[in-house]
Amino acid sequence: MINFWGYSISETRSINYDKNDKAMTEYIAATVPSSKLCIGCGGCTAGCTAGNLTDFNIRKVQMLMKRGETKDAKEQLQKCMLCGKCMLVCPRGVETRKMILEMLNFIKTNQKLED
Amino acid sequence: MNLEGKQQIWNDYQKEIADDHYFYARSCIRQTFFPGSEWAYLDIMKNKLGKDVVDDPRHTTCTGIGYHSDIVPAETIMTVVARHFALMTEAGYENMTPSCITSFGIYTEILETWEHHPEIEEKIREYLWKATKREFNKPKNLAHTSDIIYKFRNEIATQSKYKLVNVHTGRPLRGVDHIGCHYSKMFPTKGIGGAEFPAVLSGLIYAWGGDVIDYPERRHCCGFGFRQYLVMANRGYSVANSKKKFESMQPYQPDFIVANCPGCAMFMDKWQYTISEMEGTTYGQDGYGIPVLTYEELSALVLGYDPWEIGLQMHQVSVEPLLDKMGIPYDPEAKYKNVRGENIGAPKCPTYLRVANL
Amino acid sequence: MAKVIIIGGGPAGCEAAHQLANQGIEVELVEKSNETGGNLNNWYQLFPDRKYAKDLNAILKGHLEHPNIRLHLGMEPKKIEKSKTGKFNVPLTDGSLLEGDSLLVATGFKIFDARRKEEYGYGIYENVITSVELENMFYNHAITTAGGNTPKRVGIIHCVGSRDEKVCNYHCSKLCCITGVKQAIEIRELLPEAEIFCFYMDMRMFGPGYEEMYREAQEKYNIKFIRGRLSEAAENMQKQLQIKVEDTLVGKPLRMTLDMMILLVGMESSEGTRQTAGELGLNLAPNGFIQPQDPHYRNNFTNVEGVFVAGCGSAPMNLTDTLADARSAASCITAYVKNHKI
Repeated sequence: MINFWGYSISETRSINYDKNDKAMTEYIAATVPSSKLCIGCGGCTAGCTAGNLTDFNIRKVQMLMKRGETKDAKEQLQKCMLCGKCMLVCPRGVETRKMILEMLNFIKTNQKLED
Repeated sequence: MNLEGKQQIWNDYQKEIADDHYFYARSCIRQTFFPGSEWAYLDIMKNKLGKDVVDDPRHTTCTGIGYHSDIVPAETIMTVVARHFALMTEAGYENMTPSCITSFGIYTEILETWEHHPEIEEKIREYLWKATKREFNKPKNLAHTSDIIYKFRNEIATQSKYKLVNVHTGRPLRGVDHIGCHYSKMFPTKGIGGAEFPAVLSGLIYAWGGDVIDYPERRHCCGFGFRQYLVMANRGYSVANSKKKFESMQPYQPDFIVANCPGCAMFMDKWQYTISEMEGTTYGQDGYGIPVLTYEELSALVLGYDPWEIGLQMHQVSVEPLLDKMGIPYDPEAKYKNVRGENIGAPKCPTYLRVANL
Repeated sequence: MAKVIIIGGGPAGCEAAHQLANQGIEVELVEKSNETGGNLNNWYQLFPDRKYAKDLNAILKGHLEHPNIRLHLGMEPKKIEKSKTGKFNVPLTDGSLLEGDSLLVATGFKIFDARRKEEYGYGIYENVITSVELENMFYNHAITTAGGNTPKRVGIIHCVGSRDEKVCNYHCSKLCCITGVKQAIEIRELLPEAEIFCFYMDMRMFGPGYEEMYREAQEKYNIKFIRGRLSEAAENMQKQLQIKVEDTLVGKPLRMTLDMMILLVGMESSEGTRQTAGELGLNLAPNGFIQPQDPHYRNNFTNVEGVFVAGCGSAPMNLTDTLADARSAASCITAYVKNHKI
């Protein structure tokens, strides 16, 4: 993109649900059905070891994933320490740890396919 | 789109517009970017509709651009506007008709503020007296000049030489109406048709034989936003808003865009060039852009004014495809000539955006 | 025998009539339409047990076949007067005159007129319908777009006309959340392949079994809930709705296309409620519903002695609460007429 006037055309930060690729969303819904139960309370995030030290937000990561904002979700995943504290506090019984592992699995499989 | 549902809403948002005897308030940028526009309006009012309009040379900017970019304080702009009201009062008029949507919004906002805070009005009267020894009456009627054209749209239709109809196919031309945000988004009851489905420009298009495009981003701001475009680094999101609109309207293949805000008309015209240079994208047919007209220019075309006389050669996007569709004759050779027939010089040809005769 | 006039033959009026009649009180039940049941007539199934509305309606109607109850269908009070002796005189539109010792206002609610939310395009975009119209589709076991197609993506918009200063309604209509959940499940049953969204501000699952139903909607029926209020909808060339909301839990604006948009229209006090309140000089709460004397222990009493209120005339209520409120009003009225030795 040319930037000869000192600016370029801004990209939208809206989630474009129609265009987003929901392959990961569908995969997680199938492999971790409990993930559908999240009510966004943030209990998981409040006690999160990683979230205390970084901008990792497990609640938000799974919501980004559900909207097909896969790229944003991917960037965050590696920060999880897999301690499982989130699972202990979740009032809806979401298997948060499994969800993270399956998201990583999905990325790994897809990357292999891409390679 | 169910028209009956819209008409129901339009019934709720009608406003009173004076019949005659208008005090005219020019726009800073309309006369700069669309130099024939305000002349055409005055000529139509006086010579076609037989109305009495005062165009006072002592009238100044309302300082809206400075106000909206945090340079001019509220008391200052109110005093400047109070002076406009004083000029109107001195001329013996009581119907204020600003050409600019920003001014219209500001006049509305100030009158509303004074309505709720008479002590502020008192203070401003005092400031104006100290500064100029002037006094004023508040306008009895405030209407944007597009409201005035709307009021007389049927009279204009009766006098029209050309219709908004494709002379080759007989089909109504498809127009996009773009309403300036400050026309009715701040005070929906002050706009014809309200803020969600304004009727002020679509009413013109329908009255003159055209069709209106209802595209998803119809209500979206053009991106003008004073404090955005004034800072060069921020212009990226100014232009992104226009781009969003163009992308949304393009599938409907609009024949033209008509705007009532000088800022919107200017940006929607010029940004088409910017986007084409930056991304190689054009939105009209055959590499052209979508012609953007002010409502004065559209009225003038319908009434048979010469396109070059009303300044259409100053547009970034070529209007020739629209003129051809409407069957309006024009002299391509005269496009870049002044009234004395002297060459005024042709602009440089853009890389991607097609320009007629360049 | 003591006599009570009940204005309004919806669930509250019917239930109160039944209870009063059983106490040996004569009841004059006035209903403006030609059948009893009120808004219940517009519903297909009820939350949370999915009971057919017509079955409940039949029970309520059956109870009216009682020697102490006189039903005045298709009638409206021409006026309502309280005499100096404390009696109520109600001339009806057919010329008859009712007299009663006490009066129960059971005039209920009306559905918010969705056209007032202009930016949602109801009445303008053909695939925007209200939750009431959706119930009618359930009756016919078919959900189709205006163009006759099977919708692939459906959005349910919560709080239309509720919790919204812009339409002068500060109050929560209380029932729309659970209605949305129930309707989402019913849509899923008819459209197994569709993507179904609820756009909510808060999920207010206040009744027994409601939260469980919400959970089931997520887990079993794969309904997706997005926390964000609809900002505006527009129609595209395919007559779909392009909507703008903020996904507030993600913190980003979200845009998507819907084939069909359902507006969960809220509740406002009905014309009947306002008119009756006006004639009797009843206090109205700022939300337009009748103001009870006390929200806890005198919630069926009004500021006018002998005038009682039951059901949605005083606040949005679900059917469980409406019926309980009607029974409570009946017991208050029974005590009132006994104490006044009528």
